[in-house]
Amino acid sequence: MYNKTVMEHFRNPRNVGVIEEADGVGEVGNPLCGDIMTIYLKISDDQIKDIKFQTFGCGSAIAVSSMLTEIAMGKTLEEAKSITNKDVAQALEGLPKNKLHCSNLGADALQLAIKDYEDRKAGVTRSEPKRKDEHEHTHGDKCYCPYCDIELSEDAIFCDACQSSLEEEH
Amino acid sequence: MKSINFDHISANPLLPEVKEAMIGAINKDYHNPSSQHRDGEEAVEALVKARESVAKLINAAMPKEIVFTSGGTESVNHAIKGVAMANGDKGKHIVTSNIEHNAVIRSLRRLKSAGFRVTSLSVDENGRVDPKDVAEAITDETILVSIMHSNNETGTIQPVEEIAKITREKKIIFHSDAVDSVGVVPLDVQEIGVDLLSFASNTAYGPVGVGGLYIRRGTRVFPIIDGGVQENNKRAGAENLIGIIGMGKAAELAVRDMDSRYHHLKNLKEKFLGELPEYIDEYIINTHPQHSLPNLVSVSIQYIEGESVMLMLDDDGMAVSTRSACATGSLRASHVLLSLGLSHADAQGTLVVSFGVDNTEADVTAFLTSLKNVVTTLREISPLYKTVT
Repeated sequence: MYNKTVMEHFRNPRNVGVIEEADGVGEVGNPLCGDIMTIYLKISDDQIKDIKFQTFGCGSAIAVSSMLTEIAMGKTLEEAKSITNKDVAQALEGLPKNKLHCSNLGADALQLAIKDYEDRKAGVTRSEPKRKDEHEHTHGDKCYCPYCDIELSEDAIFCDACQSSLEEEH
Repeated sequence: MKSINFDHISANPLLPEVKEAMIGAINKDYHNPSSQHRDGEEAVEALVKARESVAKLINAAMPKEIVFTSGGTESVNHAIKGVAMANGDKGKHIVTSNIEHNAVIRSLRRLKSAGFRVTSLSVDENGRVDPKDVAEAITDETILVSIMHSNNETGTIQPVEEIAKITREKKIIFHSDAVDSVGVVPLDVQEIGVDLLSFASNTAYGPVGVGGLYIRRGTRVFPIIDGGVQENNKRAGAENLIGIIGMGKAAELAVRDMDSRYHHLKNLKEKFLGELPEYIDEYIINTHPQHSLPNLVSVSIQYIEGESVMLMLDDDGMAVSTRSACATGSLRASHVLLSLGLSHADAQGTLVVSFGVDNTEADVTAFLTSLKNVVTTLREISPLYKTVT
């Protein structure tokens, strides 16, 4: 089901845990499958000195979290901000189509953690790390499967990738 | 090396005697049972023998009440669509439950688009339908009640005898999907009072790709596969004789070994449930304490996700099944688990552990040991699991 790289990261996840006194925390939940991911950052001189994660989720979600922390470790904030879902999925040498949404979770959590750091620095009242209720997709005017995030034709009545019937709008 | 199988609900191994019977059947080069020459007659004899064995397994009044099909799914489709087609002029209402297998759900969905109305009953937290709800749901328009015998995700057995009393009194056809029961628990169609019963050969350690539909004499059901006059005119197409011979042998063995098989499985299940608290904590058992299959436990392990558990157990050489949404194509939580009132997060951590005749007590101990390590590892990663320090 998963390739060797994904399985390797799933079996030996890097950077698992909590950073006490973290400079930034980002937590996201996937409303669809119920996965939850938390990213902790230690930052100095605008650089990620340490990054750790905790994840409640499938093999893919854990591998994505692990790979994301590897990519982000040591990056400057500017560099880290440009890390996309695609970068993580590519570094893992691909994910099954219906698991691509797991990679969104990773990048989203990282961006939230960076934002949390910047908010604190700017003196914005620190709010409890908030679980996002929904994914924000900037898909433009294309249609995507609400279940697995695969691009669909506008008149599709079911998703080829995950076989969900699409009675709802997409 | 092959894994230790704790996923018998997905596939049972063929028993050695079943393999032998099937290989014997292949080597015999049976002709078509519909042919009237000597070679055809020989095939008929094999078919008759298999049908008798299967009839005996469920105690059908006569062998011709058994129709061989391509498996449980076809049997269910045949029962539901066949009743609808044969009785649709009398009424267009069907009663079912919220925890049926997709074969039932999707057959009924198909009928809905053809103008039938379906009442789907909820279950209690143990996953059982209340017979009173069945009685209340029945209207003058009702032509069929379809409630499963045992559930493939929880192992919980429904009060089918009580439901049958209601349907018989009101002269409504009662179908029960017994795909996970026949061959595992003693089952008597006459005692239950069911009119249609779907079952599969593999549950009794026979081959996949063959199953049966019990049709009580006098029940109006149209065939859904039309063609020749095979299977007493109820299911067209030349018989899958090698598969049917395998199923017949499996049925024969199930009758012979039912008691010892039942006790062996029940013993494994009780060992698992009894010792589980010594290995892990914070879990929910979704299987009914009394009314359930002897070979299946559904357990929701909190704060972790089922696919991860399954993958890690797989590394340890243990095959299990999970009902986590993450492990399904559609990424939707199981309708069965949500019907029990489980939260999405708990549903995510659900494993279905199903035992078979090939499992031993040592297997169960090995499994529990492995499970403990996996649960500890995954809880360390989980943000939902906060250890009290």
